Amino acid sequence: MAEDIKVIVFKLGTEEYGIEVEKVQTIERMMPITRVPKTYSFIKGVINLRGVVIPVIDLRGRFGIEEAEHTDQTRIIIVNVNEMEVGFIVDSANDVIDLNRDIIDVPPDVVGGIKAKYLDGVAKIGDDRLLIMLNLSEVLNKSEIVQLESLEG
Amino acid sequence: MDMNQYLSMFIDESNDHLQSLNDSMMGLEANPEDLSIVQVIFRSAHTLKGMAATMGFEDLASLTHQMENVLDLVRNNKLRMQDFIFDTLFKSIDALESMVEDITGGGAGKADVTAIVSSLQAIVRGEVPSAGNASAEVTAAASGNASAAQVFLDEFQYSVLEQSLQEGHQVLYVDVAIRKDCQLKAVRAYMVFDLLERSGEVVKSFPSVQDIEQEKFDYGFSLYYITQKDASEIQKMILNLSEIEAVTAVALDQESLRQMGQDTAAATAEAPASAPVQEAAPAAAGNASPAASLHPKEENGKAAPARAGGAPSPSRTIRVDIERLDVLMNLFSELLIDRVRLEQLASEVQNGDLTETVEHMGRVSGDLQNIVMKLRMVPVDTVFNRFPRMIRDLAKSLDKKVDLIITGADTELDRTVIDEIGDPLVHLLRNAVDHGIESIADRVAAGKPETGTVQLRAFHSGNHVFIEIEEDGKGIYPKNVLASAVKKGVITQEQAGTMTDDEAYQLLFAPGFSTAEVISDVSGRGVGLDVVKSKISSLGGNVTIYSTPGKGTNFSVQLPLTLSIIAAMLVRLGSEKYAIPLSSIVETGIVKQAQIRTIHGNRMLEFRGSHIPLVSLSKIFSIPDYDESTEEETEIVVVRKGERLVALAVQDFIGQNEIVIKNLGKYLPEVQGISGATILGDGQVALIIDPNAFIK
Repeated sequence: MAEDIKVIVFKLGTEEYGIEVEKVQTIERMMPITRVPKTYSFIKGVINLRGVVIPVIDLRGRFGIEEAEHTDQTRIIIVNVNEMEVGFIVDSANDVIDLNRDIIDVPPDVVGGIKAKYLDGVAKIGDDRLLIMLNLSEVLNKSEIVQLESLEG
Repeated sequence: MDMNQYLSMFIDESNDHLQSLNDSMMGLEANPEDLSIVQVIFRSAHTLKGMAATMGFEDLASLTHQMENVLDLVRNNKLRMQDFIFDTLFKSIDALESMVEDITGGGAGKADVTAIVSSLQAIVRGEVPSAGNASAEVTAAASGNASAAQVFLDEFQYSVLEQSLQEGHQVLYVDVAIRKDCQLKAVRAYMVFDLLERSGEVVKSFPSVQDIEQEKFDYGFSLYYITQKDASEIQKMILNLSEIEAVTAVALDQESLRQMGQDTAAATAEAPASAPVQEAAPAAAGNASPAASLHPKEENGKAAPARAGGAPSPSRTIRVDIERLDVLMNLFSELLIDRVRLEQLASEVQNGDLTETVEHMGRVSGDLQNIVMKLRMVPVDTVFNRFPRMIRDLAKSLDKKVDLIITGADTELDRTVIDEIGDPLVHLLRNAVDHGIESIADRVAAGKPETGTVQLRAFHSGNHVFIEIEEDGKGIYPKNVLASAVKKGVITQEQAGTMTDDEAYQLLFAPGFSTAEVISDVSGRGVGLDVVKSKISSLGGNVTIYSTPGKGTNFSVQLPLTLSIIAAMLVRLGSEKYAIPLSSIVETGIVKQAQIRTIHGNRMLEFRGSHIPLVSLSKIFSIPDYDESTEEETEIVVVRKGERLVALAVQDFIGQNEIVIKNLGKYLPEVQGISGATILGDGQVALIIDPNAFIK
């Protein structure tokens, strides 16, 4: 009997993604971001989150999806993984659901253009809702980022 | 019980006690007759023993226990302090320190201290090498507590027992013998006491509990005991413990108790009469009479006030985790941001009451800011306090006489600086004693007093703290330094010819200057001084040397008050703001496009008679909305790294500000050209420029 987990659901384009709730510190509205020069293009800069300086990543940029204009719905999800605090810019975040681990399947090779290594799995909710569970350690893995950047030139 | 939660407290307190042991021992060495200092030392050792035993660090506990044995003889005037004892005790303290260090590092605090322990035991036995009359006194003390056949009661104890009998309790007289082959008889005795105290109360024991704790008894002890249990039951209970040879428990009634009480009176009456006889007898017999050991409590009573008088009053402080202070600081900067916003809103609303309230809040938060900053300040004493001991040992091993004079130990520095500054200072002090101060013979030949003086000074000056190390040794001859530097290939012969004395001294800090050879060849300076210099520079500080050949040398270390707050120049580049640390700024100015030349494709600028590179921040940082090359005139900030200068082109100067340094987070540990970030009054993050990155 697998346990239930709570998952924060957010959107990038039309796809829905999930992050386990205990890895999420807070969800913030868009705020001023200070650009940090000489870093990767998907690192949008740093924000002041109640006195702590936190880097912010555009998740679209991280996954190589075309970046979009920020709207009222845009959110910054602050996650804490391997003692790293990082903010993810996402198109919207407005749902928390309970998920049984059993319904999370091994991810297919590519989902919406995202490589399988970034994914923990895909959960099928109801008949037509697919939730892509992110593997945050991989998303934040820097050695891999260096390669990615050099490929992009 | 889980002891881990007490571990950090144990470590902190142990370190305090070790420091106090070191300090007091130094004090005692200067003033060996002052028994009140011995009391302080004894108390520290005792507390340490107790804490270590509670935490289960047996080696620590047993070593302190051996130290106590020695100290106890000293404080009771049975042993006189002398060099060998000092050295052994210092060695013990060192061993304790390394054990505590081991515990700090997650170890079990185990150490092989058999050599020290046997030295300590030899001291207790009176086998002090090259000791004169001390040995006789010690032997007397050691054999002093021969077990007496009977326990004598004072009037108070007698009445307690009598009353217990009247109330229907059992009063037992218990005699316990421990097996002769028992290894840790004090532990056995403790177990007996522990057992007894679970079901009653020990009123009086002989030898005293304290002596038993310190193993100062043969293989037996006796006690008066109040309980509800039968004599036979108690007897059985005690016999159940291992390594107990025999137990006799006799229940006393009013009559037998009175009998014993009378014996006590008789004994006290006898004592004065026998005193002259004892003095005439060989020393070993001196303390053997029961009368002498009858009143250990009273002796303690006399000692207590002296102890209280000699000890410094406990400081009214609490320990706070530095991380909590960081959190406090973060919360505070949040508050500051809100305050700025409130002020803006209030000025828009134009409501008198609101403005007044906001202004008041501004003042309160200003005070609060001062306090938050002050909480992080620690007196340099926390670093200085280990130096007296270090200098003592060093002088001893080098066969020199050195006085260390510390002034300004209460000068405060930010905790982050304090943590870093210890090693460089150790280095400079060792240098001063090792190479600065001459040998006794040389000093006398030079007409100086035998004892050299090392001054360690700390003081505030403006936004900086200075720490100076000055000695009255042989000084440094610039000629020798230059000659050595040429030989080492640090500079050329021609360069040497044009150098001033000050420049020559600076060479001591040059990498590659210091090797072991240099020490004996020249002035004996320069062991790793380049490391000292770079450490101090990394703290945003500076170190300079002044020396008068033949008279002495002064190393002056200049440090910022704090690392977490610096003065910075805020500049604007298009829509972005950056902070440049004031400490690396030489000056600011404006240059015209025509003044900028291109040499080998690099843009250069004439500055005070020489050409320095002009760095385009807008290009390096790819600033989206600013490019100085289109402007007629450009603001520049000239920054320095060591001797080299670079001009940074900026759009505008915003002004000078005190900024709180924050790092960019673990995800962005290092960004080229950026050393951190700060939060401005409006809540925006501004990046701090690392000028060193532009100077290659």
